[in-house]
Amino acid sequence: MGSEPAELEKQIDALFGKLRKDAENAGYHLNPDVTFTKDLVRGLLANEKRYGYRACPCRLASGVQDEDLDIVCPCDYRDPDLDDYGACYCALYVSGAVFKGEKTATSIPERRPAPEERAAGPSKARTGQLSKLPYPVWRCKACGYLCAREKPPDPCPICKAKKDRFEKFI
Amino acid sequence: MEHTDGIDKGQITLYALSTCVWCGRVKSLLQELGIAYDYVYVDNLAGDAKGKTLEEIKHWNPRCSFPSLVINNSQCIVGFDEKKIREAIG
Repeated sequence: MGSEPAELEKQIDALFGKLRKDAENAGYHLNPDVTFTKDLVRGLLANEKRYGYRACPCRLASGVQDEDLDIVCPCDYRDPDLDDYGACYCALYVSGAVFKGEKTATSIPERRPAPEERAAGPSKARTGQLSKLPYPVWRCKACGYLCAREKPPDPCPICKAKKDRFEKFI
Repeated sequence: MEHTDGIDKGQITLYALSTCVWCGRVKSLLQELGIAYDYVYVDNLAGDAKGKTLEEIKHWNPRCSFPSLVINNSQCIVGFDEKKIREAIG
């Protein structure tokens, strides 16, 4: 089943190149260990094929996109993990120090809340009440980008996350 | 559950995802150590088998994250922690 090996390798190379370009343009870095990183890209493609979206290769997706939006790559937890550990959970993205070889990416603790906590409620960010603003403010949950406009942008101009990753912030 | 033959160090069970590179690292380390172990790719399971396996993992690792390596029904090493794995079964 699936693609011919050569075709799959081509897809992996293409997505790897695109992700690397997008990352560098937005001030992020892909893991410089190319073999490791291409294996993750292979996982992203496998998840896109079976679930319809690029769920994190190192997390168990539910198969229901609405429940997994927080783990669609780049996930909601990437930036805080880059700050605290120098790598995201799967280590597709790494900090400048890891990119330059000054630090090594390791397997890190899971930051995603357990299923029960996720079910308990939406993010705490939606508490801002500024009713007189001429436009709502949208926040990209992947990178934190904020913009004031009627609808969220698609994709995020900073990190290229899709429109459904935005939340109404104010 | 798949089985890999090797040196008997007791019941070693690896709960993994087929797409997870850190899970792959644990598997490679177990191969390198030549240890007998069982493993399961939870993302490739469906229905009851998946639910049952997730309950097993939750018992050891409430977050249900991967890789989870259960050693002799007494400890669970979460993530690719080479040092801990070598200490526990090396």
